[in-house]
Amino acid sequence: MRKTFEHEIQQLKDHILALGSMAEQALLDSVDALKHRDIPRSQIIYDNDELINAKRFEVENEVMIAIATQQPMAHDLRLLASILDVAGELERMGDYAKGIAKINLFMGEQPLLKPLVDLPRMAAKAADMLHRALTAFVEEDIVVAKSLPEEDDEVDQLYTQIYRELITYVIADPTAIERSNWLLWAAHNLERAADRVTNICERTVFVVTGQMQEIDTTDHELSL
Amino acid sequence: MTENNTNSYAIEAADLNLYYGETLAVRDVNIQIEKQKITAMIGPSGCGKSTVLRAFNRMNDLIPSAHANGSVLYHGKNIYEEDVDPVEVRRRIGMVFQKPNPFPKSIYDNVAWGAGINGYKGNMNDLVEESLRGAALWDEVKDKLDKSGLSLSGGQQQRLCIARTIAVKPDIILMDEPASALDPIATLKIEDLMQELAKDFTIIVVTHNMQQAARVSNFTAFFNLGEDHAGVLEEYGVTAEIFTNPKKKTTEDYITGRFG
Repeated sequence: MRKTFEHEIQQLKDHILALGSMAEQALLDSVDALKHRDIPRSQIIYDNDELINAKRFEVENEVMIAIATQQPMAHDLRLLASILDVAGELERMGDYAKGIAKINLFMGEQPLLKPLVDLPRMAAKAADMLHRALTAFVEEDIVVAKSLPEEDDEVDQLYTQIYRELITYVIADPTAIERSNWLLWAAHNLERAADRVTNICERTVFVVTGQMQEIDTTDHELSL
Repeated sequence: MTENNTNSYAIEAADLNLYYGETLAVRDVNIQIEKQKITAMIGPSGCGKSTVLRAFNRMNDLIPSAHANGSVLYHGKNIYEEDVDPVEVRRRIGMVFQKPNPFPKSIYDNVAWGAGINGYKGNMNDLVEESLRGAALWDEVKDKLDKSGLSLSGGQQQRLCIARTIAVKPDIILMDEPASALDPIATLKIEDLMQELAKDFTIIVVTHNMQQAARVSNFTAFFNLGEDHAGVLEEYGVTAEIFTNPKKKTTEDYITGRFG
């Protein structure tokens, strides 16, 4: 009985890692496609969000089957409940990538306001945090889970930096408002994605300790 | 029994050791059972949970080699003291067993019997109806009260035994795997009934069914085998805590199916 269940749990962890890598790749690709104004690639990212959604439903379905057939308790129960939650977080991260892809599609033939430097850095940082948070989740590493959310400050600082830079463009040339806004939306999506990494870390702590609590991070995010 | 009603617990065991002959079956149990709540006792086979349950109404006295030391306080009085009448203890702390065991008598007599020998002076018809209603059985048997208790289904027989138990007005009901011989529907009926009964009675239930313990109880006591094979109370607490975040690894291992 336990052997089958252990196997199912391992499979679910594999699925959540697969879903995570889909979301991570989508975030990186969406910013890269924007940077290179690669519209066909953005279209693919936009369409492929369906695959992320489908994978999330697949994970949910398997968790529900495991709950129904194994009637998990204690740590097992916390893990399965958390997998449901984390799958939801990852699906939302996929949506942020889709949103960035959509910005590129919207922009059509218009050139970028400026070459992208900080946005790719933000994307790389968010994707890296996501990757490590998910590894910590499946390995149940609470040391990493508790320390990782602090790194969100870096993402928030990049976001503030991008915001201030874009403002200078708008002041210099009010007709740049729309193109500036597009980039700000992209940055905002990345900032939201990184925030969700903290939620995954909170779930990891919950799986291991049973304590459901928010991890405090200094929030440098602009209140817009 | 002289009693002290200031005690806030239904039953309180202190340093309770239970023996079969020379063998220590259960070691040093200290537990306080809350009034009008359902307390589940779980644990692997042979860990002594049923022995502890039976110690709560001196049912172990019926086993010649069994003896106890320590105390079981009920209304502030140790039920193992010499001046305590075990029959009176068992009237006030009733018991329902794993296998339904109605008497080979009519449904009516099954319920009326205990009250009758206790010299019940009230209206017996009313008592029988009230008890059968209390056991959620009245509607199913009201037209055939003269039929044998043995003619009922397993689930109905178990509810008849519960009606028989509550007819003598106990304040605690001990249940030793009350649904393990029943099908899922009859099991759920018993579980619903337990919730109803907990409004008036304190219920202590031994069960091997973890989901049942999680579903019906307010508190859960996990018993385990110690290294010397004597049972010990390993962990005791609020059911929701025990089943979602137990404090001890042995509890976690047991409820997640790693042993037992």
